[in-house]
Amino acid sequence: MYLDLNFDALLAQPFFDELVHGAQFSLALFAACWVLAVGLGILLAVVRISGLPFAERAVAIYVSYQRNVPMLAHLFLWYFGISTLLPADVQSWIGLHGGEFIFSTIAIGLYMAAYFSEDIRSGLRSVPGGQTEAARSLGMGFLTSIRYVVLPQAINISLPTFTNHTIVLFKNTSLAMALGAAEMTYAVREVENETFLTYETYIVATVFYLAISLLLMAAGAVAAKRVRLPGH
Amino acid sequence: MFEVIETNARFLLIGSYPNGPLGGLALTLILSLLGLALAFPLGLMLALCRVAPFAVLRIVSGIFVYVMRGIPLVMLIFWSYFLVPRLTGHAVSAFTALLVTLVLYQSAYLCEVIRAGIDALPKGQFEASRSLGMTYGQTIRMVILPQSLFNMLPSLLGQFVGLVKDTSIGYVISVNELTFSAQQINNSLLTRPFEVFFLLALTYFVVCFSLTAGVNFLERRISRKSVPTNAALEVVNASAV
Repeated sequence: MYLDLNFDALLAQPFFDELVHGAQFSLALFAACWVLAVGLGILLAVVRISGLPFAERAVAIYVSYQRNVPMLAHLFLWYFGISTLLPADVQSWIGLHGGEFIFSTIAIGLYMAAYFSEDIRSGLRSVPGGQTEAARSLGMGFLTSIRYVVLPQAINISLPTFTNHTIVLFKNTSLAMALGAAEMTYAVREVENETFLTYETYIVATVFYLAISLLLMAAGAVAAKRVRLPGH
Repeated sequence: MFEVIETNARFLLIGSYPNGPLGGLALTLILSLLGLALAFPLGLMLALCRVAPFAVLRIVSGIFVYVMRGIPLVMLIFWSYFLVPRLTGHAVSAFTALLVTLVLYQSAYLCEVIRAGIDALPKGQFEASRSLGMTYGQTIRMVILPQSLFNMLPSLLGQFVGLVKDTSIGYVISVNELTFSAQQINNSLLTRPFEVFFLLALTYFVVCFSLTAGVNFLERRISRKSVPTNAALEVVNASAV
């Protein structure tokens, strides 16, 4: 199969800018979702071991709901469904400030938070109970012992799954295209429609995703090596 | 809410069948089952390549797995919808393009699950069987796989839940599975988006939750019976989407 690739057209305006904006949108969405997902994930994991039966049950139901419904269904429910239940003022504010970005962040962030919380929870479970007991007997409170003793160890232990899910989160940002968010996949489809350079545009997007994913895998591997605790 | 369910349940479950194409939940399940049936042998083959004593096999299968895990499923679907007709010279339906993509994508994840299961077996199993005079092939077939596949059952089923969820991406190339059907219902009703998409989420939840419950049951049964640890399995069981 002979291929005559023409990348010059993609370097010309306005296509080059469209692709760059797509890449920026994807990365911004990734960053926003990651912060939300990790923050909420840690919170959920800590509540899950708090010893409050009602709160633990609520988190378990939340995690189960998020993990058993596909990403795309979450995105549609937030963007087309839940958005209509909000007060009119809020709706118009969101409309003015990029509803695609906001609802994609919420949907992807909440979805991945469930996965991160499970990663951290399995990390928390493998921290020996003596660690908490020792911290508590030194006079630390529940939250202080979690914050300074248990959580750092738990995150170290769960780093490999944490890295995997970070990559999954990054790949999931591509689904925001279904809401019309102008991220990389969407930009590539637009440019392809205008230029008919299917191979070239798809190659650009594929290289973009692959490069970032491999970078994240490498970062995860480096982090896992640097923070390895004695005995693990 | 109930009104929406009453008038659209049939369409959501089986599409416009028998007066039109099969769709909805039925098509989602067919895609998932076909996908698993085809992806499992491929994943097994890949896993054996990943642990094979030949460097070429290890490298090629390794690259395939990394590429599959590094690209979003949507992008892969666009690729195959566009490339498969060019390579084969025949137009393919969106259904075929989706199925091919799901199989390739899932086989990479299944490969990692199976490989982790093989790695989790004590090394002595392999050495003992080789020192008894079994060939490499016999060792894999009669000693390694029976034990590791048994231990892996929960993770494999867990991957199936991921596959059911992945089929929803057929929406982007208009395969009329469950998500696409819900969008169609929403487009014809126009005024009830929350009800429609809540119903969509609920339907997926019921299907996937039942499967997950089955996985948990199996996990408890198997952890009572199996000897080696399953800890290594948890690490890779990062289902997609």
